Amino acid sequence: MNEPDILGASLARSGISRRSFLKFCTAMASLMALPPSAAYAMADALKRAQRQSVIWLSFQECTGCVESLTRSFDPTLEQLIFEMISLDYQETLQAASGEAAESARKQAMKASYGKYLLIVDGSIPTKDGGVYSTVAGVSNHDLLVEAAKGAAAIVAVGTCSSFGGIPHANPNPTGAVSVSDIIKDKPIMNVPGCPPIPSVIAGVLAYFITYGKLPELDNLNRPKVFFADTIHDRCYRRPFYDQGKFAKTFDDEGARNGWCLYELGCKGPTTYNACATIKWNGGVSFPIESGHGCLGCSEPNFWDKGSFYKPLPVPLADNTPIITAAALGGIAVGTAAAVISRKHQTSISEEK
Amino acid sequence: MDLLQFARGPALTWALAIFAFGMTWRLAGILLLKRRPDYSEPRNATSWPGALKLIISRSWPRREFIQRTAFGQALGYIFHIGLAIVVFGFAPHILFFRGLTGLDWPNLPNAIIYLSGAITLGALIVVLGRRLIHPVLRLLSNFDDYFSWFVTFAPVATGMLAVAHLGARYETLLAIHILSVALLLVWFPFGKLMHAALVFVSRGSTGALFERKGASI
Repeated sequence: MNEPDILGASLARSGISRRSFLKFCTAMASLMALPPSAAYAMADALKRAQRQSVIWLSFQECTGCVESLTRSFDPTLEQLIFEMISLDYQETLQAASGEAAESARKQAMKASYGKYLLIVDGSIPTKDGGVYSTVAGVSNHDLLVEAAKGAAAIVAVGTCSSFGGIPHANPNPTGAVSVSDIIKDKPIMNVPGCPPIPSVIAGVLAYFITYGKLPELDNLNRPKVFFADTIHDRCYRRPFYDQGKFAKTFDDEGARNGWCLYELGCKGPTTYNACATIKWNGGVSFPIESGHGCLGCSEPNFWDKGSFYKPLPVPLADNTPIITAAALGGIAVGTAAAVISRKHQTSISEEK
Repeated sequence: MDLLQFARGPALTWALAIFAFGMTWRLAGILLLKRRPDYSEPRNATSWPGALKLIISRSWPRREFIQRTAFGQALGYIFHIGLAIVVFGFAPHILFFRGLTGLDWPNLPNAIIYLSGAITLGALIVVLGRRLIHPVLRLLSNFDDYFSWFVTFAPVATGMLAVAHLGARYETLLAIHILSVALLLVWFPFGKLMHAALVFVSRGSTGALFERKGASI
């Protein structure tokens, strides 16, 4: 008799110790601000859980999201992710190709209908019948609609699948849209970022497998545990902002002293993400710590919100021509009014 | 386009254009008006010392009325100085001006800005209360007075809320703050806020006239 493919057995087969597994669960519970007891509950639930079937569809994307996840600095984390889930279809990672790959996807969808987790990275082109991105001759749109039907939930990984991302940027030649623009009848969680933090992807997967539901989401369907605070609020350079100490260029004394990058266009104050707390590469650093302002990559339309180097208070457009034209128009109207008034005064004087 | 993009984009562009148009229209219209010819013998050869003297003397309460006017004038000074500190001393505001004019100057620490903002808000509330309670002031007040107060109060209040992240998400508060500034810019040339541009012109011309006539300033 075949034993059910439970996670505990899978971990044991891979030689992952209970200690390492508990460490992972504690880290995940801590990341998501769950109480300390949740780590043990998570470990218990995960051990007994069947490996979650995951179908990962990649559409208009750069593979940066998958790169982020697989090239995670912490191999144990990466290993656990792949032991925790049964990744039944992922074009970049799977060995199969062509008909065999598509058949594996269809088989997995049939076997776990209504239970599998659908992960999507990349936006979906809709212009001209979606011809700008197809897989095995099927448009991304049709592929998504078909796969979404049997999904328990959908996780849009990366800004492209969450909000349209760079393909959606003006002039959006392919008519790129997000997953939630197409699928309306399934629970969808957005994990935006260009790319998203690997630990965030792992954290939300662990939560879904443990509790069988998506975590609490914000107004943009992002998990609140990771996207509740702005980068600015959690930034280690925040005290310099409060003191009014700013780097004026990327190589001045302020920059060398680690002062706030607000004047260099940092979008931290309007960007919700966990970069400043979880950081990247195993907690080594994040863009601001490396000396560059936040681009706001986990926010919708971040590519169309003006230059990355334009500070937030500065108007988006160059208003000089319109202000000059308006001022000249004002002078012309004011002068005309004064001339009319002078003529009127002269005529009154002459009448007297 | 989200609310912040709208505020930083079309809303600010239109507000700045209306502000520039209105300011130049009114200033050109007033400054180019025909002056009434004065045929009297001038008492003094130059009139500009009188202009300067009156600008200074009218900026201070007269000794005879000090008990009745000191409170109002003190309030006026408090919120005007507070506004100047907030508008011209806060780093993000300096960036805004630098983006428009290319001019740059050192900013003040945020603690000073927050304190000034709070004092300004308090003073503006007292100013409104006084206008509503004082029978003469109330009788003299019209829509322009109340709306000008509102468009001055709103950017300070929304700016303080944005800084404190109170009431809504930061980007929403920032967008509302920028929109309130846009409203201020649109109203500025056409309401009583225009006194900012005309106060010294009118006092100066009155002082120059007094000097010419030899009146006591």
